[in-house]
Amino acid sequence: MPFKKISGKNNKHQVILFALSTCGWCRMTKELFNSNGIEYEFIDVDLTSGPEREEIIKRVRQLNPRGSFPTIQIDDQVVVGYDEERIRELLEI
Amino acid sequence: MTEEFPPEVVKLYEQLKKEAEEAGYNLNPDRNFTLGLVAALLTNEKRYGYRACPCRLALGDKEKDIDIICPCYYRDADLEEFGACYCALYVSDDWIAGRIRKGSIPERRPAQFFISGYAEPAPVTNTGEMTKLSLPVWRCKVCGYLCARPEPPGKCPICKAGKERFERFI
Repeated sequence: MPFKKISGKNNKHQVILFALSTCGWCRMTKELFNSNGIEYEFIDVDLTSGPEREEIIKRVRQLNPRGSFPTIQIDDQVVVGYDEERIRELLEI
Repeated sequence: MTEEFPPEVVKLYEQLKKEAEEAGYNLNPDRNFTLGLVAALLTNEKRYGYRACPCRLALGDKEKDIDIICPCYYRDADLEEFGACYCALYVSDDWIAGRIRKGSIPERRPAQFFISGYAEPAPVTNTGEMTKLSLPVWRCKVCGYLCARPEPPGKCPICKAGKERFERFI
């Protein structure tokens, strides 16, 4: 799957972000990661199509049955939506 | 950080702001955040032919996405309960005044619509006295505006939703 990897100095946690390229809260999530040097992988699901999109949607729904964005996986924890406090807590930032 | 936005984005932003204020709504006062959402509405308009909600995954089929065309069917309930719509383009007075925590809110749209799209609810059938009206009553599914006339209006005078987003109410 075409995840994009953003390198960062802080790679203490495994961070995967399921996002939409048009979504304001997804953008805030990326900005929070970028400004804190977090290393993460992300995919903009609205830019995918066909079987690739179906596969990613399945993955999103396993983590977040409502299928909303952003869905953020930090190690074995899942954060749904831009919950800054929870994200900071899990990333220890 | 202030970003530069193309003139068509700024123009639509000004138009939506004016329409919102005239109808008693507020656009999010965080201008940069809001301009980003307006730009995304235009992106979706180019992509799908309609302004699907920037924070939801559209299927690209107008019938299936009709509930999430901005303003969405969930906006008013979200403003009431959380002080902001799902993508926070529209916010309440309490939200602006800082009486409500600012952050993303839970998704109200039924989960099954994420996979298969909007399912039109069964039309209201009323066989009682109320059907003896001289004209049908149409209801805007976005804001609840009601009017009695032969056909729904081309555009809702309150929230500017299109004709196709009206249902026959009585």
